[in-house]
Amino acid sequence: MTATIDWYVALSAILFTIGALGVLLRRSAIIVFMCIELMLNSANLLFVAFARSLGDLHGQVLVFFVIVVAAAEVAVGLALIVTIFRTKRSINIDEINLLKG
Amino acid sequence: MDNPIIVDYLPIFMLLLVALFFALLLPALSLLLGPKRSPKNAAPHKYIAYESGMAAIGEAQRRLPVKFYRIAVLFILFDVDIILLVPWAVTFRNLGFYGLAVMGVFMFLFILGDVWVWKKGILEWE
Amino acid sequence: MEFTPPEINLLIVAPVLIIMAAGSLGMVIDLFMPDGKKGWAVWLAAIGLLLALAQNIALWNGNYETFIPQNGVAMVVMDNFAIFLNATFLLTGLLVIPLSRSYLQRTGLEKPEYYMLLLFSISGMMLMGMANDLILVFLALEVLSIPLYIMCGMLWPRPESEESAMKYFLLGAFSSAIFVFGIALVYGATTTTAIPLIFDAVAANGLNAMIVTGLAFLMVGAGFKVAAVPFHMWTPDVYEGAPTPVTAFMSVGAKIAGFAALLRVLMLALPQASGEWVTAVAVLSTLTLIIGNVVAIRQGNIKRMLAYSSIAHAGYILIAVAAAADNPSAGVSSALFYMFAYLFTNLGAFGMVIALERNYGEGNLLDDFKGLAKRHPWLSLAMAYFMLSLTGIPPTGGFSAKFYVFGAAIEAELYWLVLIGVITSVISGYYYLRVVYLMYMFDGEGQLITGRALQFAVFVMAISTLVLGLFPEGLFNLTAEATLSATRLLAGG
Repeated sequence: MTATIDWYVALSAILFTIGALGVLLRRSAIIVFMCIELMLNSANLLFVAFARSLGDLHGQVLVFFVIVVAAAEVAVGLALIVTIFRTKRSINIDEINLLKG
Repeated sequence: MDNPIIVDYLPIFMLLLVALFFALLLPALSLLLGPKRSPKNAAPHKYIAYESGMAAIGEAQRRLPVKFYRIAVLFILFDVDIILLVPWAVTFRNLGFYGLAVMGVFMFLFILGDVWVWKKGILEWE
Repeated sequence: MEFTPPEINLLIVAPVLIIMAAGSLGMVIDLFMPDGKKGWAVWLAAIGLLLALAQNIALWNGNYETFIPQNGVAMVVMDNFAIFLNATFLLTGLLVIPLSRSYLQRTGLEKPEYYMLLLFSISGMMLMGMANDLILVFLALEVLSIPLYIMCGMLWPRPESEESAMKYFLLGAFSSAIFVFGIALVYGATTTTAIPLIFDAVAANGLNAMIVTGLAFLMVGAGFKVAAVPFHMWTPDVYEGAPTPVTAFMSVGAKIAGFAALLRVLMLALPQASGEWVTAVAVLSTLTLIIGNVVAIRQGNIKRMLAYSSIAHAGYILIAVAAAADNPSAGVSSALFYMFAYLFTNLGAFGMVIALERNYGEGNLLDDFKGLAKRHPWLSLAMAYFMLSLTGIPPTGGFSAKFYVFGAAIEAELYWLVLIGVITSVISGYYYLRVVYLMYMFDGEGQLITGRALQFAVFVMAISTLVLGLFPEGLFNLTAEATLSATRLLAGG
């Protein structure tokens, strides 16, 4: 059995859903953030799989952009999480509730 | 089914169901099959962080000096810089002067950022 | 394999380059400037914005394209649509700077980085207006968002500010992940991310389920950015916790940029799917209008009230987007008009909130407005006028904007949407006019902290709102030209 594009799409959809569920259900800011990275990488997988099956290099180039953007987000996001941890000694989203939402 | 658009969406719908199923299945399986941490059936060494026998020092919530974190973030930035540099270097001859100019602009901005980091004293260890 | 470089004309993208260069230059100057001197950053930012605005206006009617790769489809277009949006973003920046100055001094936030981040964020917004490729839309989205995350948290170690930054960051990153996944699906279905080529691919092969699913993801991603219900949960918390000038900037700039992305995707890439998205946009719009306006009534904090009000205004712009499905020219141009009028009105209202805030988080309650009319008659009058404009009572810019939006929706036969829009406008009168009532009918201790810069900016915005209320035709013609150039480009591409 060879892996067709459908398998990659399915895998990527599963990864994306795991990530999205993680964002919605997990309480630790770091884990939420890791789930967001998982979502971005599922999109990367999709780009590469499509680029391969369509025979178009464009998709592989797009992955670089997504990786770079993800790194920029990591730099800023971790800084914010470290800062909030230093103030509150916690990164649990449920405890970060000064503003009533 | 006489409505073709519904038929068209069926695979997507199935895919969503499968994705949701797996996304729920994997955590559920790890709960089900993973080691049970009930006090009765676990050996005492299961409670320490590293089962290899290395004793953990201090608690996990310990504060680390922020300088480690700074270096880690800088590492990520250089890491990503390499991601962009390597494909460029591989086809360097092909790209000619244009490639050199574009990468020159990119590296100029990147080095500008490094100078900023340096001057702001972020690299100082002590 | 032979490589031909893309066609690049840097003059066309000069407005963005000027902003980015001013930002980078500011970071370098900051290194060599002694700590005490801070005033230069304001001037650098203002001069950069003015230069970019001049160059931007000089490009009007040019319909330029640049960054053209071998396939001949430009990645960056400088049509009138992009120029109009760029002007909106640059004006936002120019007005936010005088509003920020004294607030920043009060809260100890006066750092050059603030202005530089503002510039970087504006450059991202401008890229969003000019993007002709989905991946550029995504990059622009990030370039505008990342500085905003930092700006929200700039008042650390005050926990409210940090909390606001983290919430904005987590939900912003979540929405951009959804957006990228949408791009990936559209790419898989059409083998391209260039907006005109997506249009061609759909024209040639018709829609399929993958494109529509991708479109849904793209709409959810953009929905987070414009704060449409049900993707609005972050808005009140983030707006309340962020430094007030940053809130003002976000509520205008980030929202308009989100709509720029939405209009590019819906109107230029996938107009043939309008049968699929028009219902979704109409439903989003209905929910946004009802929830935004109704929840705003219960707020006692002016920043939270304006947050829900900004959610509600996203609903009115979504009416215009829905109308654009049937009637592109009227729909898109009324959306552009609405955003332009909203810029002045909302920034004006935030100007007063900034003036009332004694220190970070103090003086943000609605009760603090009591009795202001006696001590500050002119500024109170301006605030009352902004509130009337947000409600949509003539003769204000807000009224003209709603007039055009509802007109476009009636032409598109979306009668029930117009009905909901009118009813919710009446509801919104309750909470907007309560501010006026509090200012004029009560006695209170409230004091405004105003400088000349802030007074001047509020004055300019009040006059602009008045002019847009009395003579809307001039601007409406401009928005119509902007819309036309974008759709013509599409037909030619």
